[in-house]
Amino acid sequence: MQDALHIGGKALSSRLFIGTGKYSRNTLIPEVIARSGSEVITVALRRVDPSSQKENILSHIPPQMTLLPNTSGARTAEEAVRIARLARAAGMGNWVKIEVINDQRYLLPDNLETIRATEILAAEGFVVLPYMSPDLSAALRLRDAGAAAVMPLGAPIGSNRGLRTKELIGILIEEAGLPVIVDAGIGRPSEAAEAMEMGAAAVLLNTAIATARDPLGMAEAFRGAVAAGRQAYLAGLGPVQQEAEASSPLTGFLNV
Amino acid sequence: MSFYESLTILERIPFRELWQKYTKDDVMRALAKEKLDKEDLLALLSPAASWHLEEMAQKAQRITRSHFGYAVQLFTPMYVADYCVNHCTYCSFSAIHDFPRKKLSLEQVEAEAAAIASSGLRHILLLTGESRKDSPVGYVKDCVKVLRKYFSSISIEVNPLSTEEYQELADTGVDGLTLFQEVYHQETYRKLHVKGPKRNFRARLDAPERGCQAGFRSVNIGALLGLYDWRQEAFMTAMHARYLQDRYPGCEISLSPPRFRPYLGSFNPESDVTDRALVQIILAYRLFLPRSGITLSTREPAELRDRLVHLGVTKMSAGVSTEVGGHTSDGGTPQFEISDSRSVPEIRDMLYGSGLQPVFKDWDILAEGSVR
Ligand code: SF4
Repeated sequence: MQDALHIGGKALSSRLFIGTGKYSRNTLIPEVIARSGSEVITVALRRVDPSSQKENILSHIPPQMTLLPNTSGARTAEEAVRIARLARAAGMGNWVKIEVINDQRYLLPDNLETIRATEILAAEGFVVLPYMSPDLSAALRLRDAGAAAVMPLGAPIGSNRGLRTKELIGILIEEAGLPVIVDAGIGRPSEAAEAMEMGAAAVLLNTAIATARDPLGMAEAFRGAVAAGRQAYLAGLGPVQQEAEASSPLTGFLNV
Repeated sequence: MSFYESLTILERIPFRELWQKYTKDDVMRALAKEKLDKEDLLALLSPAASWHLEEMAQKAQRITRSHFGYAVQLFTPMYVADYCVNHCTYCSFSAIHDFPRKKLSLEQVEAEAAAIASSGLRHILLLTGESRKDSPVGYVKDCVKVLRKYFSSISIEVNPLSTEEYQELADTGVDGLTLFQEVYHQETYRKLHVKGPKRNFRARLDAPERGCQAGFRSVNIGALLGLYDWRQEAFMTAMHARYLQDRYPGCEISLSPPRFRPYLGSFNPESDVTDRALVQIILAYRLFLPRSGITLSTREPAELRDRLVHLGVTKMSAGVSTEVGGHTSDGGTPQFEISDSRSVPEIRDMLYGSGLQPVFKDWDILAEGSVR
């Protein structure tokens, strides 16, 4: 597998992570997975009901997928830790996306609590992927705490506003020293491509696909965009010229 | 400082004249904005806005989809006791009504819980009449311990309690509080609440804030629409919600727009809330508070509920009985008459048929000792 993304001992060929919330029916999920080519899917543990066959979201996820249970609903590090442990006890594996949100209006993550939860869970052997506000010192602390990647937001969850935090994400990509997965805010395939061109390791999105008129078509569009962006990054973007190059050299006389 | 201070200031707004002042331009300006202020809310509740419900609905639906997707959370109320020490002129449970009162034993609570849980619902709203004597906090706690075995989210709708009492309940596993002010207009409040501790307007008004302080995950408030001018009541409710949201960002504040329903007595509401008015209220709530939950009860008829689910509603009750023990026996006195008596599977199918996703479980109780 060329150009695989290595996280938590797994090699992933798709760099598009998807979500399970917000769909009009859970039966769309397997089709979205197939069309998106995604290999990692995030699931809110709060939505998982193992005792109900019919409505259990997990029964719609094919076994080859890597589950990324998230701690959605957690307001403190302690709550996130409890949810992560519940997820592992429920057989959802040892990957976890930490979401600690104490702001119900914009759903912005609490970096401090996220760092605390990451320290605890990484020490317990979880593969921790924290959702965060793109802040370099927080990213470095998350790395030191044992995070397997960081997941900065491009814009608030569900806003489909794109890469509003582009400058900061760029700094994380250069400096954080671990994979950067852009999470939340991406609304268009072109924005996913842009994140990948910048050197993001992957993107995670849900609303953009789930609320599209044709979710399956959109899943496929994102698959292509993420692949194109990644390829462009690997190929190395040419330098951007601010002004047209002069047609004849202005200092050529020096070589005469 | 509590919402009471804000309310006393807001009450000075000359509502009657003001409603007439708003024009189409004010409505359009509010619709073009992303973060709405008090003026915008007034404009959206004004008579002028009633001509622009379609534009409001389009935007409300867009906002709802982007924040909540197609998910609609289902829950059901469970009445465990109908003893009440108050006399509210609009309610069947009022102390002056003579009917055989009921209170479930913990075995009966368990049977009722099992019956409800077998429908797949995992969210429950535990209700009592308002009586500290007959349904004290200790009894509510005991019920919660039983319910925890069957449900992953437990909300309560009981008489207002102290912060410490709310905390005790939160520690037992309660994660949500529903408490309706019924009517925000103080003079009307005094008139309608004739006897009992509920006469204390302020004790009730501050209770949702105490719930936020106690750490409930969600707090649901509302005015019983029809008891006073609905525009003003909806305005106060939304301002109350925003007040709570501003101060307790970690708590999900939800709104309910219940309309007055027939009951045992003969009280007739002062303000007729038409379907159009209800729609305007729901849309104004959604536009003013984009991420708030909006709860729709079975007080509304089935056909109307089928339409309203597209306008910003995020939670609805299903398989409802407003009688104590109504899921395992019959013969209780309903608190009020419901309109939509459809079962959980019927509501589920209706939602799927409307392109929406019924969500039966959306939380896990995290209180100590509650890990299953
Ligand atoms: S509304 Fe509540 S407090 Fe008033 S009579 Fe009915 S049950 Fe009692």
